[in-house]
Amino acid sequence: MSDSTVQVAEAPPGVEGAGFFATSLDSLVGLARANSLWPLPFATSCCGIEFMSTMASHYDIGRFGAERLSFSARQADVLMVMGTIAKKMAPVLRQVYEQMAEPRWVLSVGACASSGGIFDTYSVLQGIDHIIPVDVYVPGCPPRPEQIIDGVLNIQKLVGEESLRRRNSPEYKQLLASYGIE
Amino acid sequence: MILMQHQDLPSDYFPMVIQFIVALGFIVTTMVATHLLGPKRKSKIKLESFECGIESQGNARIPFSIKYFLVAILFVLFDVEVIFMYPWAVNFKELSWNGFYEMLVFMGLLLVGFLYVLKKGILKWEK
Repeated sequence: MSDSTVQVAEAPPGVEGAGFFATSLDSLVGLARANSLWPLPFATSCCGIEFMSTMASHYDIGRFGAERLSFSARQADVLMVMGTIAKKMAPVLRQVYEQMAEPRWVLSVGACASSGGIFDTYSVLQGIDHIIPVDVYVPGCPPRPEQIIDGVLNIQKLVGEESLRRRNSPEYKQLLASYGIE
Repeated sequence: MILMQHQDLPSDYFPMVIQFIVALGFIVTTMVATHLLGPKRKSKIKLESFECGIESQGNARIPFSIKYFLVAILFVLFDVEVIFMYPWAVNFKELSWNGFYEMLVFMGLLLVGFLYVLKKGILKWEK
């Protein structure tokens, strides 16, 4: 078998001494959250197929602690939107986002989810950021699994660095208000 | 030689009480802490039941025909009867006539029940 090595997540900056390690709660919670993300897949078309490949053994998103998919919005951390979102699908996506528990992040995978892609028509939503706030965009039509993993890693970076107060900040409330989300 | 006499005193169980209190205290503290510390949003849409993003229609608690229940229970009953017959069929030769008569009694009892069900008209769906 392959001689794989287990890589332990890097410890956040802090004060180290004999038998103790002190750091801020922010970075500790961030470390825990970032390395155990539960994605909620919202796959509507071919990017979803790439996502299946990303989940499967060859690319194995489980290496990054995100193999546990949550098909209930209640337990999910990351909403992964993969594929063309038709305008009729938009309220459904929005409802799923609004029913997710805080804190929540959104990964927009592929050209269609990010901007409508080649479907510059009356029936397709020209990017999901028209209805919900997006944290990370993954380009490509469809993106390769490596790109999706890169997107997840970028989400992890955001999650790890997020302040615990961010979700209560006026900026965040204003962001949600600009989308009309209570 | 002094024989150590072991006695169970109620006070011997005191550590268990402490452990119970610690266990309960841990659960209560964690639950209270997570409810106080975690960010949350309680909008009307958020608190609605999750139906994969589709608006829920009506209430789940509506009255429907008791026949569904009766048919389901009867299915389970006769399903189990058939399952009982498998090990009997496998051991048919060893159980010989004795097992056969026992199975006849078992089947007969259920058959009487089945006739009762038929007589009651439970399987008549339109009624």
